[in-house]
Amino acid sequence: MKKYSFTEKKDTRSGFGAGLLEAGRRNPNVVALCADLIGSLKMEAFIKEFPDRFTQVGIAEANMIGLAAGMTIGGAIPYTGTFANFSTGRVYDQIRQSIAYSGKNVKICASHAGLTLGEDGATHQILEDIGLMKMLPGMTVINPCDYNQTRAATIAIADYEGPVYLRFGRPLVPVFTDHDQPFEVGKAWMVNEGNDVSIFATGHLVWEAILAGEQLADMGIDAEIINIHTIKPLDEAAVLKSVAKTRCVVSAEEHNRLGGLGDSIAQLLVQRDPVPMQYVAVNDSFGESGKPDQLMKKYGLDAAHIVKAVQKVLKRKEQFVIA
Amino acid sequence: MENIAAQVRRDIVRMVHGCQSGHPGGSLGCTDYLVALYFRILRHDPSFNMDGVDEDLFFLSNGHISPVFYSVLARSGYFGVEELATFRCLNSRLQGHPTTHEGLPGVRMSSGSLGQGLSVAIGAALTKKRKGDTSLVFSLHGDGELQEGQIWEGALFAPAKKVDNLIATIDVNGQQIDGSTEQVLSLGNLRAKWEAFGWDVLEMNGNHMAEVIRTLEEAKAKAFNGRPIAILMHTNMGHGVSFMMGTHKWHGAAPNDEQLSVALSELTSTLGDY
Repeated sequence: MKKYSFTEKKDTRSGFGAGLLEAGRRNPNVVALCADLIGSLKMEAFIKEFPDRFTQVGIAEANMIGLAAGMTIGGAIPYTGTFANFSTGRVYDQIRQSIAYSGKNVKICASHAGLTLGEDGATHQILEDIGLMKMLPGMTVINPCDYNQTRAATIAIADYEGPVYLRFGRPLVPVFTDHDQPFEVGKAWMVNEGNDVSIFATGHLVWEAILAGEQLADMGIDAEIINIHTIKPLDEAAVLKSVAKTRCVVSAEEHNRLGGLGDSIAQLLVQRDPVPMQYVAVNDSFGESGKPDQLMKKYGLDAAHIVKAVQKVLKRKEQFVIA
Repeated sequence: MENIAAQVRRDIVRMVHGCQSGHPGGSLGCTDYLVALYFRILRHDPSFNMDGVDEDLFFLSNGHISPVFYSVLARSGYFGVEELATFRCLNSRLQGHPTTHEGLPGVRMSSGSLGQGLSVAIGAALTKKRKGDTSLVFSLHGDGELQEGQIWEGALFAPAKKVDNLIATIDVNGQQIDGSTEQVLSLGNLRAKWEAFGWDVLEMNGNHMAEVIRTLEEAKAKAFNGRPIAILMHTNMGHGVSFMMGTHKWHGAAPNDEQLSVALSELTSTLGDY
């Protein structure tokens, strides 16, 4: 198992803030909008440097989505900022008609996604947003795993023509990817090559997958770990290549098991190369208040649950091969 | 201008009759406004590019009146009038509601789901202001559409942020699908509402060509004075076709062959039918 370490923990939303500033410096067409959550989205640095390229919309997310769509006419590249819940479900029809169907170059940037929002509870902990967004034709869906990858993704999407949903989070998590990494939309990242099982992980679950991989290595299980930061378009070649070798799969995501990364992979495999697969995801429920790590444990989204899922899928693989 | 409007009205009833589908009532009511806009008021280039830099832009928020929009775009040179015959047909660029998705020249935003166009128009106006582009943004909304909450988010935003390169027109025909706006959900005093939100408000008879042109010119003169401009445009739904006037029954219904003949007998062909 390849060694990964970290010297600090940072929130992915701060990676977004740093990336937005850098994207703004590189491209004068990058503008930002926020619906009364500047501090939460870490947009202060961009606003300080580019006050004329920022629009405070107030608590009016539907209007923000429409404004952003309209701003693209004339060449702006708008980044909208609010919580994931208010970036998707609350404004679904606005995104569908004014951005997706209209083909507008808007970057919908969504913080506080998933359970790790923590104490605010289920009203704010959206676990359906990946599914909602990936169902929209033409929408790109990205869920980076740490501060550096979020920063890199935020910069990269400015040069990626078309609507993008960029999903990140609130808690401090290990920074384990390279600071100046290249970020290619739609290209999976090989975290660890292995032969026994393919673990496809996204967002905060990538670090958990690494921890699980270390535990599995101690048990003599050689896990391949692949980071799917772009859920749509899915890097089908990377998934199929890995599965051709390992013949079983575990998916891991901070999302409802319905409609997330797991479903995208399962849909691909059932048509191209059916193998046993287990999901590490929320089991079709709402979240609740609590500390992020307590919630991830209770809802089955940590390294321990990935290890269990691997053990289960390895048993199924044996039976599958015999049958 | 009245002659062009008569031809556009012929196009509308023929398009809706042709596919036995579509929304003639609001289209006929807004014909004079759209003709005035595209043939007199807008600084625009029918060779069409999406960004429309240094051009005045128009956004149709109540997308169901697509027949009048398509006719006026075709008659002003965005695409050939013969394409009007494909309205609402399979493989057409003239979708039931306007969209950018099929690449129809002249359309910059999809609309149909109501209430979204004001925000979009404000966004386009903001980009113009940021880039020092001194052209204007126009939008059209139905009165029933004002029942959508997003309209009021935009109505609050534009004056607060001094979006003064925007002229939003509301088609006040008093009708919606389930009856009169008064019966369905009263809009109350619209002038007082828009003024209270901080808009400069003008009113006009939307079915009197000279008054429409005069009011739109007046609105243009009021631009860049720190406030967005709203025009309450009073129209007859179905204007120009006697049996369609003043009722919500022709909001989304197509005339039969006999009704089409009656309608066309009331509207002179001036530019030649498509």
